[in-house]
Amino acid sequence: MSTTQNPAADALQWIEVGALEAIPPLGARIVQHPQGDIAVFRNRADEVFALRDRCPHRGGPLSQGIVCERKVYCPLHNMGIALDTGQAIAPDEGETTCFPTRVENGRVYIALHEATA
Amino acid sequence: MSKRKLVVIGNGMAGVRAVEELLNLAPDLYEITIFGAEPHVNYNRILLSPVLCGEKSPADIILNDADWYAGHGITLHTGKRVTEVDRHQRIVRADDGTEAPYDRLLLATGSDPFIIPVPGRDLPGVATFRDFKDVDTMLAAAKSGKRHAVVIGGGLLGLEAANGLLKQGMDVTVVHLVQALMERQLDAPASLLLQRSLEQRGLHFRMGAQTEAILGETHVTGVRFKDGTEVPADLVVMAVGIRPNVSLAKQMGLHCERGVVVSDTMQTYDPAIYAVGECAQHRGIAYGLVAPLYEQAKVCANHLAGLGYARYTGSVTATKLKVTGIDLFSAGDFSGGEGTHDIVFQDPGRGVYKRLVLDEHNCIKGSVLYGDTGDGAWYFQLLRERTDVSEMRDMLLFGQAHLGDSGRGGGSNAASLPDTAEICGCNGVCKGTIVNAIVDKKLFTLEEVRAHTKASSSCGSCTGLVEQILASTLGGDYSAVPSKKALCRCTDHSHDEVRNAIREHHLTTAEQVRAFMNWRNADGCSSCRPAINYYLIATWPAEVSDDPQSRFINERAHANIQKDGTYSVIPRIWGGVTTAGELRAIAEVAEKYAVPTVKITGGQRIDLLGVKKEDLPGMWADLNQAGFVSGHAYGKALRTVKTCVGKEWCRFGTQDSTGLGIDLEKMTWGTWTPHKVKLAVSGCPRNCAEATIKDFGVVCVDSGYELHVGGNGGVKVRATDLLCNVKTEAEVAEYCAAFLQLYREEAHYLERTAPWIERVGLAHVKQHVVEDAEGRRKLAERFYESQRYAQIDPWAQLVEQERDSHQFAPLQRLA
Repeated sequence: MSTTQNPAADALQWIEVGALEAIPPLGARIVQHPQGDIAVFRNRADEVFALRDRCPHRGGPLSQGIVCERKVYCPLHNMGIALDTGQAIAPDEGETTCFPTRVENGRVYIALHEATA
Repeated sequence: MSKRKLVVIGNGMAGVRAVEELLNLAPDLYEITIFGAEPHVNYNRILLSPVLCGEKSPADIILNDADWYAGHGITLHTGKRVTEVDRHQRIVRADDGTEAPYDRLLLATGSDPFIIPVPGRDLPGVATFRDFKDVDTMLAAAKSGKRHAVVIGGGLLGLEAANGLLKQGMDVTVVHLVQALMERQLDAPASLLLQRSLEQRGLHFRMGAQTEAILGETHVTGVRFKDGTEVPADLVVMAVGIRPNVSLAKQMGLHCERGVVVSDTMQTYDPAIYAVGECAQHRGIAYGLVAPLYEQAKVCANHLAGLGYARYTGSVTATKLKVTGIDLFSAGDFSGGEGTHDIVFQDPGRGVYKRLVLDEHNCIKGSVLYGDTGDGAWYFQLLRERTDVSEMRDMLLFGQAHLGDSGRGGGSNAASLPDTAEICGCNGVCKGTIVNAIVDKKLFTLEEVRAHTKASSSCGSCTGLVEQILASTLGGDYSAVPSKKALCRCTDHSHDEVRNAIREHHLTTAEQVRAFMNWRNADGCSSCRPAINYYLIATWPAEVSDDPQSRFINERAHANIQKDGTYSVIPRIWGGVTTAGELRAIAEVAEKYAVPTVKITGGQRIDLLGVKKEDLPGMWADLNQAGFVSGHAYGKALRTVKTCVGKEWCRFGTQDSTGLGIDLEKMTWGTWTPHKVKLAVSGCPRNCAEATIKDFGVVCVDSGYELHVGGNGGVKVRATDLLCNVKTEAEVAEYCAAFLQLYREEAHYLERTAPWIERVGLAHVKQHVVEDAEGRRKLAERFYESQRYAQIDPWAQLVEQERDSHQFAPLQRLA
């Protein structure tokens, strides 16, 4: 099980989005959401991360990028984004929303703010 | 466990760079102590001349401030000269009694200015040009209203000092022992142009003058020469050369010649002691320029970190004089000699002089440019890569732009451009932004500029300009990229080394490659992952299974990602020939999936743009149904074979160009290549299919077929080179397969045929594809063999797999 801690966890609602096995290792799938797609990544160590599927640079779909360890490289212009924070990797600047995730019994959960869930 | 102890003697650019490289590799391995004789943090010595000129302040050229040392837990002793090293006890002692024990010692003591042994050399008012203290001495002299300055030495350093003093309002005479300035970097004609130009600025010269004594009682008053003449002087600057500072190393009993002798791992004869920078002598050479020192620092750090695989094998260096308004570039060996040829361009009226020296293999051996140095970086690249230039020899001196170029806004000389000039057209980066980043963020390499500004990081056509800006901003002795280019930041190994390892050690997975070659990141990065994947499948087509997650999204989704995240779909249209039925099928697909844009491409096909990812499998299934396969319009792969109608219809046609084009496309489709590959077949020399700007182009003539290679449109237009003439279609096919296979086996990933041929030379390609019939047959066979595994329509394959994986559909739809 992997969990990303968030201090405001109380205000979050956990939502099951599918099976871990449905996400290719070093790859991603998207979760459609009225406020914009969420990219759910899985790395080699089976850690799962969720980011708003929009690169802070020019809005590229991060879910389509190449995943390495805890980073994804945007497919449009190759900006690197940290999967565990949503921050661009220095010297690039920018940030995309990062959602807490956890995996239980092979199922993937992501946490959304109640207002948005 | 307590940390190992690293002591660095020397707080200059080379030593601190080695520490920085070490911290990148192994941040917690050592407790680090640095001794510096100067009372400063590490600063950029190259930029002392702009400080002297008043163009920069001392604070501008600090490289590592005190916070940097503290932040990395480094103990810094400034103003302390190490006087003794006990190699048995492994203890370093400084002149004030400070002691530091070490497990590993790094000597980076730099060099000392050479002081000519003449009477009066110790008088107040005699300076060298090496550090902040010297600049202070010179500035103080200028500011106190002293008039006369004499600079002894007409080399790079001396001329920069003279120029700075002139700018500070002094009356400056340069004294030089021989008749030509900068005689080690320049030949006689360039030297004379330089001297004239400097004279016009107001410098005086005494050429062929040997200094006999420096005159004065309590302060310098003048200089006397061997011929008895004298010049007045309030300040004398000695800039006749530097000598590696080896006094401490000698006293320690380390083997020294001119410098401290080091191996390819930067180790001295005592394996616990390393040396880098100007004090080190590697394979007989002590370097004084920044790029070689940084390469050495990188290798040294690799060994200090315990990785133990990097080797320093020497550098080729280039020089640029940092005197504003004077353009001068020199590289390599231009002394000439037996078997060499000179190519010279001279226009004294414009003050332009260019000379290239070619060796017996038609490679550039040396280069001197004066007045127009725009192509210096290019010549230097040709020199380093030992490119055979015989095919471009007639145009070589007119520069790279003359070989066909576009997309650079016409500017080729970065130094003369205004700050607002756009350098990188892809990312909209102007010159001022690059210059500011280089200065503010202390950038030294092309890679760093790319990372910080994005300039030159997309199509790369402005790389030469960015290198020029680096050179003119850093000045002095920026010497371009290292002789060996690493594949990416995960490794120090080059493309060729990775390919060789895959072949020689029979590596068949990316994990094996990264482990075998000591990759720094377990998963690699977005640059090396696709490259290694390509090298693996190109080397072992029967054994290696493709890794979709190491492919760029276009090759993973078999469609071209657009700026809004939708995709474009292009079915293969063999040779550009279609039927009413096929067009109807495409029209139906376009309507069924509400495709917003349908466009005819430049490659004689039809592009369906704006397709949602989840619609791709359905669309492919429908297109497959109508007989279409993927056009690979998204891949580093065979794209199109463009044809004209040929003799079937055209009154000028000499052969069946359409049929031949279709045959070639049937033979080559599906192949993965280092970069995209385009073919064309024209039915006559009117060349309507534009075969002479394709990677492999066929121009039909009455007697057979002309084969052309290495052309492309795009960023930098390049017309093809004529490979040969053949008689039959069967020969065309075999030559085409052999050429593509040679390219597949030798080119670096993301290198198109044009730069590959420029790198290896057309003669090399001709030798393997034209002259060696047996070799050609084997190359073609290897191509056909790899096609057995490549000619599978990825659309049909993915439609099949998609039934199980649904990877094109969203994982979940939330309301």
